[in-house]
Amino acid sequence: MNSVERNKKYNQYVESKKPNTKNFPTLIYAYLVGGFICMIGQGIQDLLMKIFPAMTLEVASAWMLIILIFIASFLTGIGLYDRIGEFAGGGSIVPITGFSNSITSSAMEFKKEGIIFGLCVKMFSVAGPVIVNGLAISVVVGLIYLFL
Amino acid sequence: MLLMYLKVFLVGGLICFLGQLLIIKTNLTSARILVLFVCIGAVVEAFGLYEPIVNFAGAGATVPITGFGRSLAKGAIEAVKEKGILGVLTGGITATSGGITAAVIFAYIFALIFSSKTKKY
Repeated sequence: MNSVERNKKYNQYVESKKPNTKNFPTLIYAYLVGGFICMIGQGIQDLLMKIFPAMTLEVASAWMLIILIFIASFLTGIGLYDRIGEFAGGGSIVPITGFSNSITSSAMEFKKEGIIFGLCVKMFSVAGPVIVNGLAISVVVGLIYLFL
Repeated sequence: MLLMYLKVFLVGGLICFLGQLLIIKTNLTSARILVLFVCIGAVVEAFGLYEPIVNFAGAGATVPITGFGRSLAKGAIEAVKEKGILGVLTGGITATSGGITAAVIFAYIFALIFSSKTKKY
């Protein structure tokens, strides 16, 4: 078998093994799953404000996000979140739970390379760019407001 | 009450739908999608247009990662008003410190407890 043929075969193999998040129905699943995660968030927020009447909306919102992050991290740990991601695509990536999932799953995946140089370094392989660019844009926004 | 949850679902779902549409149409990886959405959220907030969405849809606007961008921009703007030039550097990360620290610490704990299983696909 020459190399061209082999590459072609390999690409076909990769295509067949890829998670199926490119089809039209995934748009609907993404809408449903994403909307559902946001509704869970709203439910947690309303519940918090009912249990602690003194809590402001801002504090309740912050706690709600932290609770969602915790749940997503745990579900990633037991392997459930990736199953949702297999059919929901953007519905599981775009909510804050996807941010949490990206950190936990990278950390778990590279644990075998050691705690410091594996887990702690590679946990930021997706979250790193998000935090770096997010901080950069917050500085830009701050600078613009400073000179306005 | 029920209407609020409907609004949360519609707006939150729509943002995720747009993310999935980008994935299908442009082959962007999830890291790029997250970066793009954080930047969009921050820019929309800087123009003062994100607060109306939050007032309308609550968690439907704060749970998607655009809400993270909104917090970054909002924190920077408020800190600049309070502390001047120092706020440019402290505002963004102060407003989002809770989320980032929670995500990192929980990931640390759960990655130490659980190991990734071999994926089936």
